[in-house]
Amino acid sequence: MKTEMICAGFGGQGVLTIGKFIAIAGMEEGKNVSWLPSYGPEMRGGTANVSTVVADEPIASPIVSYPDVLVALNQPSIDKFAPSVRSGGVVVMNTNMCPRGCQRTDIQLIAAPMSDIATEIGSTMVLNMLAIGIVIGKTGIIKYETLEGDLTAFLKAKNPDLLEKNLTAIKRGIEIGRQ
Amino acid sequence: MSKILMKGNEAVAEAAIRSGCRLYFAYPITPQSELIEYMAKMMPKVGGTFLQAESEVSAINMVYGAAGSGKRVMTSSSSPGISLKMEGVSYIAGAELPCVIVNVQRGGPGLGDIQPAQGDYFQATKGGGHGDYRTIVLAPSSVQEFADMASEAFELADKYRNPVMILADGMLGQMMEPVEFKAAKTDAEIAELGHQHESWCICPNEDGDMKHHHEINSLEIDPLVLEKHVNDLYAKYAVIEQKELRYESYNVSDENEILCVAWGTASRIVKSAINELKAEGKSIGLIRPITCWPYPYEAVKKALGKKVKKVYVFELNTGQMVEDVKIAVAGKVPVDFWGKVGGIVFTPAEIKEKLEACFK
Repeated sequence: MKTEMICAGFGGQGVLTIGKFIAIAGMEEGKNVSWLPSYGPEMRGGTANVSTVVADEPIASPIVSYPDVLVALNQPSIDKFAPSVRSGGVVVMNTNMCPRGCQRTDIQLIAAPMSDIATEIGSTMVLNMLAIGIVIGKTGIIKYETLEGDLTAFLKAKNPDLLEKNLTAIKRGIEIGRQ
Repeated sequence: MSKILMKGNEAVAEAAIRSGCRLYFAYPITPQSELIEYMAKMMPKVGGTFLQAESEVSAINMVYGAAGSGKRVMTSSSSPGISLKMEGVSYIAGAELPCVIVNVQRGGPGLGDIQPAQGDYFQATKGGGHGDYRTIVLAPSSVQEFADMASEAFELADKYRNPVMILADGMLGQMMEPVEFKAAKTDAEIAELGHQHESWCICPNEDGDMKHHHEINSLEIDPLVLEKHVNDLYAKYAVIEQKELRYESYNVSDENEILCVAWGTASRIVKSAINELKAEGKSIGLIRPITCWPYPYEAVKKALGKKVKKVYVFELNTGQMVEDVKIAVAGKVPVDFWGKVGGIVFTPAEIKEKLEACFK
């Protein structure tokens, strides 16, 4: 079993962190993982993306040509990556920032006003955790408990309030992903 | 010790410190900046020396001086910075000093760009600096291997009193993968490492007696003396060529119809394509040189097996290692090459397409 995933959005939306927490959790669950960011002289407000692979077998290429899962937090991400998603693959789309939507009909589209939901939970900063939740709810790529443990270790001392909001966002995402 | 998710740049730095490196001199450059950043943060904590030099030329000459003390010393950079270091590398090779140089390659020539490339193969393996010398070149293909090569590079450098280069690229530097570290050397073990070099290194005698001083030099005005020195170097290189060859055989068998040769990052993409084609019943082998110098010529030749009708070389350059492959294959079968440049990494789908065409 191998899941190849691309997360993309504006710089600052936390897409690299989505990949990072999925990779860490995957590693802790005994899987092989790789995390390959786009890097370069990106503009503020420009696009950022990361390829994350979680697999039972050793990972040959960390470069993802045809993702099984795409998390697209803005329209340019849909435009750039949706055409290469594997047929039957999962596309998680933030409708608040994707006015033109996704034209593919042979994929499983989960479209939600993710920016609004994040604001409702209490911070636009939890947008990425909402996205992870949706991915977990839809694919089961990692376990919620593993992620909760990692986030708690990361945030509990630093910012307990933000930890609570993040966990709420993940749980809300899981519900959306399961629907 | 459990696994940690880490960038290649950080992993090789941590592994170098654990291997007993306490002296590090460098100048920042993308895409290896996390390496120098990690060293800046960690060296003071282990009682080591981190120094950001005013230039790469300065950094490599600090390495030259520090290596004369017999201690484990390292520098790192990316392609344009490595070019600047090359004069120093030649001096270090000439003076027979151990050191480790990490090159996290980016696109070139000139300032090029900051994306992954393999354009420094010729520079690393065929000289780079002036004069008759060789650098041992290790090419990792994963974050774990990148880290493991730090200790291996120091062992080889100490054993042969020769510069060793770890030839990585921007992808390996920036990518995170799980990595497991070996136990860190203790201060006593590190001190012991220094003792092995007492017969030649610059260090005060315990009683302060400077009568038995050592000289470190790469200048030999007398042609007969220099002739002997260069011949001695070549005798050393011949031993390295015999004893230190490393390569990986992947899916190599007598059933192979195509043999691929690829190194570093490129080899991982090729492996993905080989795996997909294997599922379709097509047998393709891969030789991945782990030491690019010395080069595993015999391994490539042997892997031609019985049925291989073509050798396909894939690199992130316009064709550099392919020349070594042609030497190994010696005209027995055609050698084809395909590469991408400009810092663009080819995809498994592109390699698969190239390989599929060989079966039509």
